[in-house]
Amino acid sequence: MREVYGRRDFAIIGELIEPKTRVLDLGCGEGELLAWLKDHKQVDGRGVEFTGTRVQKAIARGVSVYQGDLESAVSDYPAQAFDYVILSQTLQETRDPLLVLRGMLRVGKRAIVAFPNFGHYSVRLSTLRSGRAPKTGLFPYDWWDSPNIHFFTVLDFEALAKKEHWRVERRIFLAGQRQVTWLPNLMAEIAVFLVSAS
Amino acid sequence: MVISGMVTESATTTFERLELVCGVTLAPVDCAYETYGVLNADKSNAILVLHAFSGDAHAGGEGGWWSNMIGPGLAFDTDKYFVICSNVLGGCRGTTGPGSINPETGCPWAMSFPLITICDMVRLQKLLIDYLGIDRLLAVSGGSMGGMQALEWAVAYPDRVASAIPIATTARHSAQQIAFDEVGRQAIMADPDWNGGNYYGGKPPARGLAVARMVGHITYMSDDSMREKFGRRRRAPDQFEVESYLTYRGYKFVDRFDANSYIYITNAMDDFDLTQRGALPTLFERAATRFLLISFSSDWLYPPYQALEIVSALRSRNADVAYCNLEARYGHDSFLVEVEQQTELVRGFLASTYREVASGA
Repeated sequence: MREVYGRRDFAIIGELIEPKTRVLDLGCGEGELLAWLKDHKQVDGRGVEFTGTRVQKAIARGVSVYQGDLESAVSDYPAQAFDYVILSQTLQETRDPLLVLRGMLRVGKRAIVAFPNFGHYSVRLSTLRSGRAPKTGLFPYDWWDSPNIHFFTVLDFEALAKKEHWRVERRIFLAGQRQVTWLPNLMAEIAVFLVSAS
Repeated sequence: MVISGMVTESATTTFERLELVCGVTLAPVDCAYETYGVLNADKSNAILVLHAFSGDAHAGGEGGWWSNMIGPGLAFDTDKYFVICSNVLGGCRGTTGPGSINPETGCPWAMSFPLITICDMVRLQKLLIDYLGIDRLLAVSGGSMGGMQALEWAVAYPDRVASAIPIATTARHSAQQIAFDEVGRQAIMADPDWNGGNYYGGKPPARGLAVARMVGHITYMSDDSMREKFGRRRRAPDQFEVESYLTYRGYKFVDRFDANSYIYITNAMDDFDLTQRGALPTLFERAATRFLLISFSSDWLYPPYQALEIVSALRSRNADVAYCNLEARYGHDSFLVEVEQQTELVRGFLASTYREVASGA
């Protein structure tokens, strides 16, 4: 879980997760969210993280984290092993996002996906103005060194959910420190979806 | 006794009998062990530490093989936990092995000692844990062959271990690992002093055992660590530093290790194969045990893929497993010498396991 708004992330995800459930956090970093969920929601948590130094910190924190890449990680767990599978700020970096999402909904009853919204007006303006690949606070990289390899918007995600017959149970849209309710595809910087396979 | 700031006990206890996997019953059986720290009132803070191939019961305190991991404030914190370590079955450091006297003949067993397995070593340890009155161990942990024993514990007695920390280990030896062990055994048996294993009371096969140990030491290091430690430096015009080091280590080993134990214990390691008893995921089915597995990037003797095989099996059962491949330069020896990161992992893992055990989870 990469922090978007610091501890506020925990509150948002915490709001979506029922207590005493089984949670898998893909790309869990140093395990802060899992530790927080364990303390506050008594969840049985697992994490997957690629970077060794982060895995070390997470394990030292007492969180059960497995060092590996998340794309192959989701294939190892048994079906419906978790109540929730979290993927925060990473979907746009995966090589095969649909495979990852399907994997999440195979091993988990619900998926919580948070991603930066490429439809945000600042992204659109940046490209319109400069005629080049967008560079904004949300997408700060040059095109040649960006970890982001897929660019999609709130509407794109909604369309995919419809195509795959996923049920979108909750949507939370964020810009800065506040929640967005109006024109989310244009106004939201971060979108958080709670989806389940229908 | 309080040594190096921790309560330390050293003892040997004798058990009436031990049934071995091969069908033979050993009676009686000695088991040498040491403990560090104090067992708490509800006996929930006991950790069994398992030694590698050439180790012994002396794990903690001065000269202990894991003295950098066991002690006040260390990974296995003796201010909090009660740490136990015993010499393995087949060993030569106080526990019954091929150098012990066969009560039926009054002579050393030598090569008539029954075949032993990792499973048998763990059976003896379980007798010890029963004897100490411990119902459930907080953790079992060890590196290399110690890791195999930790896995065996989790498979054989899942209700008796709250957590397992197998380090730099495998569920089964590869052809390469068996090959190195075989070179060691052949070196011993090629020494005329070995005499079919009957050398007790006479001249031990020192040259053979020393060569076996030299090969072993090479496999425990990495190309990097050898370059750093020895390079092409010479001790004498006709002797490289690395030659002198290996010779020294080889012959030093002869003073404390029995050649027949070398043969029996390496055979037990080679024979160990959890997958023969069933698919790994099925074996771990009963395990309510938490796992922490650690491998080291430069360990070419027990490469990370071997740890991953175990981790994948555990994950496919959705077992509670943490795994990290630590960046380390010292090869297989890393679990003994490069313990800073390992300490961080073990300390955090034990603390959270202890909390869960205390809360009755």
